[in-house]
Amino acid sequence: MAQLLSSPVAATHHPANTWLSRLVHSTFKNRSLAIGLLIITSLGIVALLAPWLAPHDPYLQNTANRMVPPIWHETGSWTHPLGTDRLGRDYLSRLIYGTRISLFIGLVVALISGLIGTTLGVLAGYFGGRVDAVVSYLLTTRLAMPVVLVALAMASLMGGSMLTVTLLLGLLLWDRFAVVARSATQQLRDAEYVQAAQALGCPLPYILLREVLPNIAGALIVVATLEVANAILLEATLSFLGMGVQPPSPSWGLMIAEGKAYMFFQPWVITIPGSALFVLVLAINLLGDGLRDLSAPGGRNE
Amino acid sequence: MNNLSSTERSTAPASPLLSVKQLRVDLPVAKGTLHAVRGIDFHVERGEMLCLVGESGCGKSMTSLALMGLLPRKAQVNADCLNFDGVDLLTVPERERSNLRGARMAMIFQEPMTALNPAYTLGNQLCEALRRHQQVSRKAAHDRALYLLKRVGISAAEERMRQYPHQLSGGLRQRVMIAMALMCEPDLIIADEPTTALDVTIQAQILHLLRDLQQEFGTAVIFITHDLGVVARIADRVAVMYAGEVIETASAQALFQAPSHPYTQGLLRCIPTPGKTLPGSRLQAIPGVVPNLVEKVDGCAFCNRCDQAAELCRTTPPLQTVADGHLSRCHFAHQLSNPAQLNAQEVTL
Amino acid sequence: MNSAASSRDPLALELCALSKTFKLGGGMLHKSRTLKAVNDVSLRVPRGQVMGLVGESGCGKSTLAKVLLGLTPPSAGDVLINGKAIVNANQKALARHIQPIFQDPYSSLNPRQRIEQIVGLPLRIHAMGTAKEQAAKVDEMLELVGLPKRAAQQYPGQMSGGQRQRVAIARALIMRPDLVICDEPTSALDVSVQAQILNLLLDLKDEFGLTYLFISHDLAVVEHLADRIAVMYLGRIVEEGTREQIFSAPRHPYTQALLASALTPEPGLGVPDIGLGAGQPDPTQPPSGCAFHPRCPIAQPECAQQAPALSPIAQSAGPGTSQGTSQGTSQGNPTRVACHFA
Repeated sequence: MAQLLSSPVAATHHPANTWLSRLVHSTFKNRSLAIGLLIITSLGIVALLAPWLAPHDPYLQNTANRMVPPIWHETGSWTHPLGTDRLGRDYLSRLIYGTRISLFIGLVVALISGLIGTTLGVLAGYFGGRVDAVVSYLLTTRLAMPVVLVALAMASLMGGSMLTVTLLLGLLLWDRFAVVARSATQQLRDAEYVQAAQALGCPLPYILLREVLPNIAGALIVVATLEVANAILLEATLSFLGMGVQPPSPSWGLMIAEGKAYMFFQPWVITIPGSALFVLVLAINLLGDGLRDLSAPGGRNE
Repeated sequence: MNNLSSTERSTAPASPLLSVKQLRVDLPVAKGTLHAVRGIDFHVERGEMLCLVGESGCGKSMTSLALMGLLPRKAQVNADCLNFDGVDLLTVPERERSNLRGARMAMIFQEPMTALNPAYTLGNQLCEALRRHQQVSRKAAHDRALYLLKRVGISAAEERMRQYPHQLSGGLRQRVMIAMALMCEPDLIIADEPTTALDVTIQAQILHLLRDLQQEFGTAVIFITHDLGVVARIADRVAVMYAGEVIETASAQALFQAPSHPYTQGLLRCIPTPGKTLPGSRLQAIPGVVPNLVEKVDGCAFCNRCDQAAELCRTTPPLQTVADGHLSRCHFAHQLSNPAQLNAQEVTL
Repeated sequence: MNSAASSRDPLALELCALSKTFKLGGGMLHKSRTLKAVNDVSLRVPRGQVMGLVGESGCGKSTLAKVLLGLTPPSAGDVLINGKAIVNANQKALARHIQPIFQDPYSSLNPRQRIEQIVGLPLRIHAMGTAKEQAAKVDEMLELVGLPKRAAQQYPGQMSGGQRQRVAIARALIMRPDLVICDEPTSALDVSVQAQILNLLLDLKDEFGLTYLFISHDLAVVEHLADRIAVMYLGRIVEEGTREQIFSAPRHPYTQALLASALTPEPGLGVPDIGLGAGQPDPTQPPSGCAFHPRCPIAQPECAQQAPALSPIAQSAGPGTSQGTSQGTSQGNPTRVACHFA
């Protein structure tokens, strides 16, 4: 009976209640997954094939050809479809290479922080007691630190570079993974199938990796997508502030920083990398949203 | 909706308090439509205890939610007749319906914690239940709450009124729920598995209390349960549900002594009964599983699990009158209930 | 699986003064409270028998099961399986002798694994046989518990409650343990399915010569299955004896109340008035003396002061045999009751 009742009862909490609006709602959600996936896949392909797709060398300076406007301006030309920057470098090529930096940093940061956060969270949730107290202490400490300020300070100490930024953000952004992994594991710790595995004498790594992890993976994947977007934005922020990826690397944040002097006269210098950033982050969030719907209870049907 | 009119109504001559004809509940689910309740008929007399009994998924809780008007909006409720004391529940406006709820029909849930608001004191919630429906003073509501708490066997009632739900044990919470259901002196209480989550000693106490109060206040009760032991002890009449249908209705006495549907017989045979089943012997289980109610069910819903199924059972059996007030939805109901068969039953029952 | 060596010991399971205490709450600002979930429990389960363990929620029966399964260490006392103490024993070695069947078939199977993976897990963990032999064993076990062959490829989400419980039983028995802890194995199931599972448990017991510790709150089920019955209240055993003794002549007032509140399907009897107080005690603050005295209909002043010991009571048949507890023969085990007035 509980099973039969759970779905309708849950449904009554939904604000959108008519049959039609629910249908629209769910297709929209599925569509968000599709759109997000589509944009990210194409950007991924762009990043991989950058050397072949970029029309020019992104580092090649040509002072004779500075600040060429993009194609939609009357003075634009097809040689530089998105124009050139203040050093005469092709803007489209820099944008294409910038995709690599953003995606690389986003993915690697999510990987590092995911590894740290999930490990800490699962251990805290599974063992509880002292382990939990230690992890909770670490978590509170971490949450008390403003990410941008700490990253700025550390980067200025160690010198900004792509590697520093990646490591710094990886070491800073594990909090959400830890929180989600901890609470999800706590719920599973007393699940009878985990107890059954314990009673069989299964080694601890087996229980954590095979019994617990697959059942919290859905929640973690959602966190991971959000953290990728978060890392990409933070990288852009740090690069903009001069403590991230260093010139002449074509980071989108750096491109915005370099263009800020021309902002009022040649706004495209900023809007082009800005829009790229916007589209990528939006796509990742759409993907995360769609994944959350898929992994929500009830939507999962094996 | 005040006390006077309800007593007046209950002395009015005998039409049943609630009559249900061909009630159907359909729920859209991922793979189609779940026909949770497939055309059931029953009625509740004033002041009687009707037990709806059946296994998970048989539609008994859906039925109760449909009566209370608490089904999710996506659920479709159809019926030829859904009449509560002269009010047509199918066409009554939502506003009037929510006035009926609480004032004249109350519900007791399996898990009282979900029905009690953890943010308010018990006294507050009890008084609110009354003052929402009746123009009474704060003092009068308080007095009635206090009286009912004492009546349901809660000691230090004055103190309990100031406590919050989480400060009470499960048994006490269920007592409070009963008191709350009685606040407006409803004509009908629907109790959905109210003792399933409780320990056996507490269950006995709560059932005892419920039976007492029901007789004292003359309230009709629809008691939903899966436990045949509970049914036997408290019911005046019983409706057995299977796969969204009522397959047998009878007085408690008649149902347990002369069950005339193979499913009822099977249910009675498969529970170990002290003194009647030999300890350690094999129980007579009902083979197979309940049909999937998303698909269309042809003929008798029980025929794939029935040891007496025949070719005839591929057609839908009509509700047959076996004895006065004893109906069974089986083609062979008359044979099953005849005395010669009955003797054979008694050995195992 | 040294069954040849272990079969000499007549007791499959023996608990000696077993206790399990939990610290609740506690922290910087709260004072921690202790919960004596299992309090000085001694019990002997002869090989091949079914010991029913009855009690209400919070009486400690599930904690007892966890201690026996090695999931949590006891605070005091010993657990002997086949005459050997399990404290500090290797969990893997323990797992070959004792396996659980849990209450909720919906949470006892990992939803992300196929049935063949779930049932075959014990064999893989204990490295028993080649992959092919393991697969054959899984098939054989699924057939034994009455599941179709195609079930092996399914996920738990595709099965009914009864089928899931069959899977849980197959997983528990695939290593041929001596002792199975059944923790309310049928209370989440419908009655028609309950009968199927009870029949299966009885068949498998005979087939494999199993010993069950059968934990339940359903007295009708316990009476049907158990040879001996122990009744627990607030962490202690208050009465223990054979099925006939417990059901026909209960001595402890709590056992009497439990039996009185069991509702058999006999119409016309009405609901019994069992005359216990309404208050369930808080297990973290158990009443003084006999823990049952605030609810007991025959309580006397001394009950609040002194806790009665669980002691054998003289049998009308032969008082001389009541000393037989120490000999470990199942026939000589008398009824034990913890009540001043038994």
